[in-house]
Amino acid sequence: MTAIDERVLELDPEEARRVRQERFERIGRWVLPLAIMILAIWLWDRICVWNAIPQYILPRPGVVLWTLYNDAGLLFSSLLVTLRITFLSLALAVIGGVGLAVLFAQSKWVEMSFFPFAIVLQVTPIVAIFPLINIYVNDQTTKLLLCAWIVAFFPILSNTTLGLNSVDRNLRDMFKLNGATRWQQLRYLRLPAAMPYFLGGLKIAGGLSLIGAVVAEFVAGTTGQSSGLASRIIEAGYRLNAPRLFAALFLISLTGILIFLVLSLISHLILRRWHESALKQER
Amino acid sequence: MIREKVAQAPASDVASTLLALRGVGKVFSNGVTALSDVNLTIREGDFLSLLGPSGCGKSTALRLIAGLSTPTSGVLDWRGGGTLDRSNIGFVFQEPTLLPWASVFDNVWLPLRLKGISRAKAAPAVTEMLARVHLTGFEDAVPRELSGGMKMRVSIARAMVTKPRVLLMDEPFAALDEITRFKLNNDLLELWQDERFTVVFVTHSVFESVFLSNRVVVMAARPGRVFDELAIEASYPRDEAFRTSPDYAALCRQASDVLVNAINSTAGAHHDGH
Repeated sequence: MTAIDERVLELDPEEARRVRQERFERIGRWVLPLAIMILAIWLWDRICVWNAIPQYILPRPGVVLWTLYNDAGLLFSSLLVTLRITFLSLALAVIGGVGLAVLFAQSKWVEMSFFPFAIVLQVTPIVAIFPLINIYVNDQTTKLLLCAWIVAFFPILSNTTLGLNSVDRNLRDMFKLNGATRWQQLRYLRLPAAMPYFLGGLKIAGGLSLIGAVVAEFVAGTTGQSSGLASRIIEAGYRLNAPRLFAALFLISLTGILIFLVLSLISHLILRRWHESALKQER
Repeated sequence: MIREKVAQAPASDVASTLLALRGVGKVFSNGVTALSDVNLTIREGDFLSLLGPSGCGKSTALRLIAGLSTPTSGVLDWRGGGTLDRSNIGFVFQEPTLLPWASVFDNVWLPLRLKGISRAKAAPAVTEMLARVHLTGFEDAVPRELSGGMKMRVSIARAMVTKPRVLLMDEPFAALDEITRFKLNNDLLELWQDERFTVVFVTHSVFESVFLSNRVVVMAARPGRVFDELAIEASYPRDEAFRTSPDYAALCRQASDVLVNAINSTAGAHHDGH
């Protein structure tokens, strides 16, 4: 056994090169984007200084950071408002998307009848639908939720429907042979089989619900104390307060990245043992 | 349970008939005649192989027996008139067909779970069945972590955990390498000899069918039909010694000749038709 263990020490050139390359790749995955990011920020700062660009057109990165700190109270309370709409609409998108998908999965007829409507809802730009929502819905939160939901639910619906329908034919026969009820087939076969598809849809929907929440707020044009980040951006735009505009923008994209990372982690944890997408490549 | 040694196929004894196919035919909606006028009697304790080229309807016959499909003509007569009880049938597919997200234990538990038996209550049966297919210690592994042969063992354990009277197998070992296939052949025979259930085994391998069965039913294609039947009158247990014996070689040649005739009969019919 020791002979096998020692082979690590005497790798042939090809294997040694591979090991070295793997190590570089592992480090590079983090270092490279970080380095480029830092370089870009430095360049941004230099451009401001070299061209003496006024702060209300393009603030230096340091000023944006300072604003983030200075206006933290205002910005973070707005962030919370946006986050609330985002997560509520995402939750509703999951319930609505999975619920409709399960309903569609019960019968081809239901799917054939109603799926086109989901597509219509999806392809019509939300900004164009909003004036209608504005007429019919009074409550501000409900308006925003509805908007964000319309944007976010479709990827979950369409992915979960696809997943529920792509169960191995033999497995279906196996369940039939064992006298499985419709409910058992759904519970033990189709829902678990649809899980990777659903999680793929969830990752897309997470980003979309944030976009939906921000866009909805833009078109709703709310102002006042209980307004989200989008209102802060509009407001800052009117006042030529570019640093705050950048700070709010920074917070929105940071939120988006965090949502994506968290959902990716959840997806990985659920699928890591069995699904190809979450398995490390072996050899 | 007292049962006679069925090692030598019992002389056609009406009382031991399990299933009779009478004039069974199946025509698909695209006009293909998958099976035509199949008459076949399956006896209790038989290890019966359906041997034939692809397209001879052997898998269709198996699906009809399983009740996954219904015949266009003819009848399947269970025990002289009884209807089919699916809990008496185990089915092993060509692929392992396991739930990829569930552990080995949960995969074998599944048929019992679908009957409403809790994990704890099913545990003794599942554990015993896993031991029978030599998978003790792999309860918590997921299919992805197993080799092809081990996955097939799980599949067999799952089919057998309900103690079915009939085990239907649709080319279960076709995708395995020869060494693994031989081993699984031996283990399957061992299981069959201990439990004395009835096996209907679909294969396109002459060697496999002769090694395993007491009856080889050779089928021909276009239309799918029973061409001939061979009794393999070698005694059980059959082991590696049997696999290398002249008897086995002679039986294989015999079966091979019949299969060649079956294939030629199709070719002839094909040419005549044009």
